[in-house]
Amino acid sequence: MSRKLGLGLLFLLIFAGNAVAKDFVFTAIPDEDETRLAQRFDKVAAYLAKELGVPVRYIPVKSYAAAVTAFRNNQVQLAWFGGLSGVRARRLVPGSKALAQGQEDRFFTTFFIAHASTGLKPGEAFPEKIAGLTFTFGSKGSTSGRLMPEFHIRKWFSKAPSEVFSRVGFSGNHSRTIALVQSGAYLVGAVNFKVWENEMKAGRIDPDKVRVVWKTPPYPDYHWTIRGDADRAFGAGFSARVKRALLGIKDPALLASFPRKSFVAAKNSDYEPILKVGKSIGLID
Amino acid sequence: MERSGAFKTSLAFIGVAIVCLLIADIEISTLDPWREMGRMALGVVTPNFLAVGQLGEALAKTVAFAFLGVALGVVVGFASALLFHFGPVRWLSAFVRAIHELFWALIFLQIFGLTPLTGILAIAIPYGGIFAKVYSEILEEADPRPLAAVPHGASPAAAFFYARLPDAWVHIKSYTLYRLECGLRSSAILGFVGLPTLGFYLESAFRQGHYSEVSALLILFYVLIASLRLWVKARLVPLYLLAAPFFLGPGAEISLANITRFFTQDIVPHPIRAAETLDFAALGAWADWMWQIFTTQALWGIAATLILTQIALVASGALALVFFPLISRRFFGRFGRTLGHGFLVVTRSTPEYILAYLFLQFWGPSMLPAIVALALHNGAVIGHLIGRHVDEIPLRPDAPKGLNLYAYEVLPRVYGQFLAFLFYRWEVILRETAILGILGILTLGFYVDSAIADIRMDRAVFLIIITAFLNIGVDALSRAIRAKIRLTTTPERT
Repeated sequence: MSRKLGLGLLFLLIFAGNAVAKDFVFTAIPDEDETRLAQRFDKVAAYLAKELGVPVRYIPVKSYAAAVTAFRNNQVQLAWFGGLSGVRARRLVPGSKALAQGQEDRFFTTFFIAHASTGLKPGEAFPEKIAGLTFTFGSKGSTSGRLMPEFHIRKWFSKAPSEVFSRVGFSGNHSRTIALVQSGAYLVGAVNFKVWENEMKAGRIDPDKVRVVWKTPPYPDYHWTIRGDADRAFGAGFSARVKRALLGIKDPALLASFPRKSFVAAKNSDYEPILKVGKSIGLID
Repeated sequence: MERSGAFKTSLAFIGVAIVCLLIADIEISTLDPWREMGRMALGVVTPNFLAVGQLGEALAKTVAFAFLGVALGVVVGFASALLFHFGPVRWLSAFVRAIHELFWALIFLQIFGLTPLTGILAIAIPYGGIFAKVYSEILEEADPRPLAAVPHGASPAAAFFYARLPDAWVHIKSYTLYRLECGLRSSAILGFVGLPTLGFYLESAFRQGHYSEVSALLILFYVLIASLRLWVKARLVPLYLLAAPFFLGPGAEISLANITRFFTQDIVPHPIRAAETLDFAALGAWADWMWQIFTTQALWGIAATLILTQIALVASGALALVFFPLISRRFFGRFGRTLGHGFLVVTRSTPEYILAYLFLQFWGPSMLPAIVALALHNGAVIGHLIGRHVDEIPLRPDAPKGLNLYAYEVLPRVYGQFLAFLFYRWEVILRETAILGILGILTLGFYVDSAIADIRMDRAVFLIIITAFLNIGVDALSRAIRAKIRLTTTPERT
């Protein structure tokens, strides 16, 4: 029997070895509900294929780290990263370049949201009364759901979140954060303001149960990043064409799905502040 | 009054579990779980098979990963079983099986990315370690008389194939089939980290609250496992294995550079990587790095893992004692037994990881969901084995009935067997407990997951190695206790 097993295995290895991905493949950090991500990025793939004249595929991943790893291992050549994941990815893949960001991503904010039972009210000042409550971040690798809120919590209390709150969790993504705070599983949470606005519009937020209590100062966030060797793989000037195509997204429905007003040029140095914050709270070595 | 070793051991474990329960975090933190539970219940009764895109593909891939992973595990395990008298082979197999499939998958994702090889190796490696141990035990327990009858001068190969293997073959076959069932569970779970199996869609559906889709996926999964013996025939296995790679597709290119990088950079501890030369300063920084991770993460993770394990172990035992009469003809009629079987099949087939995920939605992220999930699953596994065993015990014609039969006749007679099963399960529960950290419970898996989220594979691998040694330690302890209280009956392997 084992000889036949061996044969099957051999087949597999031949298969795995011979397959060469010629498609231009991209991914995105899974920051909200997958169905919506798939709808959005399948449209982006169709648009890019038309503009670039090569087959373009979007592959979904289960975590922020998986997005970075796929980029690093050249299984995707382009990615829609957050600030932190983008910085990590570019440090791991020398020569990779930030191409474009949403107009809103230059001044992104995180909303601190609270369950109505906490009695917390919206305000300009940091809501120090959240100390001692339960708190959920988004994904462990998120900029708006982890890095920036943790930075402000540490700055205000001079303590790690685990010492500030009675319980600290990681919901996984922003949609989950909203759902968890709305259900009272956690009393306070940190959420990407764009996802909050999106969910509000979609009617999935009950304003009697959960509300925004604080907005962080602005910071740079989401952006498209391409690998440095994309020109070698897809022809000279390819990165520049990808950049032009991304900046040229004008379809209102497509822009609304992100949701972004438009895309503007980005460069690696735009994200220096994120790198600094990441190092200061020990998320980047 | 003289108490038996089994009695004292049970009491000690219950005592430890109670102490653990006092310090464990078992709070229900959701304020409004009813709405979500209601939606989930509605989903259970309205499964929607059409909602799942690529359902057939997900099923085929789940089966394909399981077949190829288990097959490779069989090959490696069988070869290792023949060399099991060599210490290093034994140690290596103990080490690789101490690491959960999901941890292996997380490691291979770094090396091969989302390729079929990641899923196959994640199953094959730990399974190979388990097969090595169990096959060698089976071969050892085979009837020695045929071997004694082999004429002097016969080649070792001939002696093995004609005198040793035939007697062991039936056991090897049935154990391998059982493992294939486990392989299907493992394969489904791999979807939770991104491989295209059932778990992938299950996680998406769960996360977005599409419970009709969840129940459709779970029903398919139960049908797949319940019908296993109908479609897995020895003759068809080669066919399945040949077909499997086609279902998995090519995936992406596997690059040697990525593999090299993983071993020469990624898992090299950061202080060593950052140092220019490997001098005393670098070694000191490395020791400091290890100490830091050990005291700020590993120790807490170990404590939580052990606390949860001990509670779950005793709870599993308690549930098993409640569950086993459900499927025994000594206690229930045909109708009752059918219901009992149905219940046990479902709880037994649902991986702990999925149960824990479910209960987490209800009760929020304390240890409670994990305890209930582990106890239900493992209680059903042990309950099933004991229940079958009870039916084989000959009873006197005038044996009592009902509760009296249970308490004064059956329980005392199966208790030793029960403890043996439970101790076998100890290490399995520990390994699962560690992995549940990925869901947000603060066991070792939580810290491994955090390290991977930070793309710090050096830390992740260090923590995984600690997890492996904890597992090996508990396994050794379990063996020592079994020997001490003379649980010599070899239970069917669980």
